[in-house]
This record gives sequence, C-alpha cells and structure tokens, in this order.
Amino acid sequence: MRDVIEFHLDPRSGVATYLQIVQQVKEALRLGTLDVGDQLPTVREVVADLAINPNTVAKAYRDLEREGLVVARQGRGTFVASTLAPASLRHHDELRAALERWLGSALAAGLDEESIRALISATLRESLARNVA
Amino acid sequence: MSPPPIAAQGLGKRFRREWGLRGLTLEIPSGAIVGLAGPNGAGKSTLLALATGLLAPTEGTISVLGRDPLRSAGVLAKVGYVAQGAPLYRSFSVAETIEFARRTNAGWEDEAAADLLTRIDSKTKVGSLSEGDRARLALALVLGKRPQLVLLDEPFASLDPLAGRELLQLLMDGVAETAATVVVASHVVADIERVCDHIVLLTAGGVRLEGNVEQLLDSHRLLTGPRRPLGSIRGVREIVRERHSGRQLTMLAVVDGPIVDPSWTVERVSLEELLLAYMAPERLPTARPPEKVPLRWHG
Repeated sequence: MRDVIEFHLDPRSGVATYLQIVQQVKEALRLGTLDVGDQLPTVREVVADLAINPNTVAKAYRDLEREGLVVARQGRGTFVASTLAPASLRHHDELRAALERWLGSALAAGLDEESIRALISATLRESLARNVA
Repeated sequence: MSPPPIAAQGLGKRFRREWGLRGLTLEIPSGAIVGLAGPNGAGKSTLLALATGLLAPTEGTISVLGRDPLRSAGVLAKVGYVAQGAPLYRSFSVAETIEFARRTNAGWEDEAAADLLTRIDSKTKVGSLSEGDRARLALALVLGKRPQLVLLDEPFASLDPLAGRELLQLLMDGVAETAATVVVASHVVADIERVCDHIVLLTAGGVRLEGNVEQLLDSHRLLTGPRRPLGSIRGVREIVRERHSGRQLTMLAVVDGPIVDPSWTVERVSLEELLLAYMAPERLPTARPPEKVPLRWHG
C-alpha cells in the first residue's frame, strides 16, 4: 500500500528540495495516482531512497498538511486527506460564484452577518438530513 | 534550552610555528546537518580533532554538547567520529571490530549498526574490504553508539559515486532515526550540497562564511552587466567577488532588496558557486603557504 509514490530529486533545477516533494505530491493528487487515505512514504523511507536531509522531507509534509492535503497521524504516518482532482475544482468555481450571487441578494434584502449565518446553518442541516433519509 | 552541539570561542591551534586555526568563533545549531567546507589546509580536520579531544586548543575554547571534550569522557560517548580515511584495525575481522565496539561503548546498540552490515561477510578481515564496505563499517561503528553528534572527516574521499551515494543514504537514514546533529567535512561541495541545511566555510584557519543554506542562497545574487565604474547599487549590500572581461562585469553580491536597475541581469547562485566565490582570494597570493598536515595517525 505504500508504494503509491516514489519521489525523485533534480538537484540542478534550482527548485528547493522540499518544494520538489510538495510539487510531486500535488501532481500525483491531480492525476489521481494518490487518493484520499493513501499513506505517503515515511521520512525514513524517503531519505534512505534519495539521500536527502530528513528535515527537508518533514518540511514538505508540514507544508502539505498546512494546505489541508495531508494529515499526520502520530505514530502511524502521513496520509492523504483531500484530493486535487480536476472535477471537484471545476465545481468549486461554479459553486463559489453562485454563493456570491446569493450573498449579494441576502445583503440587499437587509440581512446582517449573524442572520445570514443562522439561515445557512439551518438550511444546511435540514438539507443534509433530507438527503440522508 | 539544550547546549549547542559545538561552540567555539576564539579557538586557535598552533603547530610549531604555523597556526592551523586562529580566532575561530562558531556555534553549530542543534539537529542541523552541517557541511564543513573549505580548501585543503583550511583547518577542517583540525577543528574536528579539537571537538573530539584528540587535540588540545592553543588558545580559546571549544565545548561539545556543553562540555569540554578534553575533560569529559561522558560527552565523548555521545559523539561519533570518523577520521579521514576511516581508520580501522585492518587485521581484525568485521565481527571482531563490532565486538570491540560493543565492549568499548557503554551505549552500544547492535540493531543500530545492523542495517549497515547486511551485505558484508562478518568473517572478512577489514584490510580485505572494499573502500565502500570499510566506509560502511566505520559508519556502523558510529551509528551503533547512538550518538547525538556525528563528525565525519572527508567520508566520500575515496569512494566511487555509487558507494558515495549509498553511504549518504545510510547516513541520512541513521540521522532520521536519531535526530543527531551531523558535521561533514568535505572539500568537494557537491557531495554535501544534497543534504546540508547549514554551512561553515573555513579558509586559512578562520570562518569565511557561515549560516543556514536557504538563507545564504536567498541573500546572494549574481549580477551581470556592462562594465562601468561602480558606485553604490540599490539593493546590493556588499560585493563578494567581481570579475570583468572586456566590456562585461560579473559580480556576486549580498543583496538586501530587489535590484531595480534594468541594466543588471540578476540570477541566483548554487551553493557550490557561492562557496567558490568566498573561497577565492581577494588578491592573487605571492607565494603559496606550505600544505598543513596536522594529524598523525592515531592507532
């Protein structure tokens, strides 16, 4: 299960090592070769393979975690938490635009921030309950 | 706050009439992988020998993990050191060498050394091992101690590229496991460029440049442009080295802001180029000083 990705390093590219690792993980996520739940190679596996500084790998994994793409589970490893598959990104754009239009209408109707939040929470809760039932 | 792995203050070492090191003040950050760079004779081996108590300072001080290496056997138990040439007892077999290490190191752990020895026949005499296997055995002796500080003096010197890469893999794996601080002295920058996050450049017995690799590379730029009299350039804090050829001027500079003058082409430099620029003398020397050989073989 852990042979899902093998990193390579281009020392002459001018791109910092940790950034190359981050980019390779993101590329795998975009292509779908890495999926939610997959475990990334351990720091020891990466350094034993590439002969690079362990701090570099740790930094790359921390950056990915900060972006919400992976999550580190204490004592168990680092796992993919979310994907960058094109389909979901495309929907994000449309949905965001629709949401902005709706917010415009709500503000124009005189709702303040608290009222908008309350309306969204309630509607979301009811809608999810209906979809599950 | 744990004490720094190595801290030197005004450290000097004289051999007869020559100073191998003089006025050296330095602190190694904990957990870093440090490249100790510099030309032959710069004092790298001398510094490492002083850190292990093999040499005593002529002036100044050096402390290792907060202790004086000359007075504390306890701190030496936490330091793993491989001198130039990876000296081992050539008539011992590999198994005898490991047994020797087991008996002379209180904190010895077989599993820590085991990974490095899997491909070596334990009955082989050390003198019959290949260079790569001898280097691997020397590293096994270091990692088996579970050290907090690893000092390697020119570990790649006689290794072919494959053996060198394998040694680096094993070293990085060992460090990942123990979070040890590592200092690798090498006069070949490419060997250490891959793993070091901190660099100390020695020239002629003193520190010429020192710092975090990423910060150093971020704060230097190579500027190329038409040759002209130089006043101060906006964004340039200091010129490290300049060269001119005919109508063109190239210089390596410390920058503290963007270079806005469009007549300059601005590029980042590699670590190797940066170190070479700092290593080059400002003026041509009139006579080369004799090569220093500070260490005699310690059996």
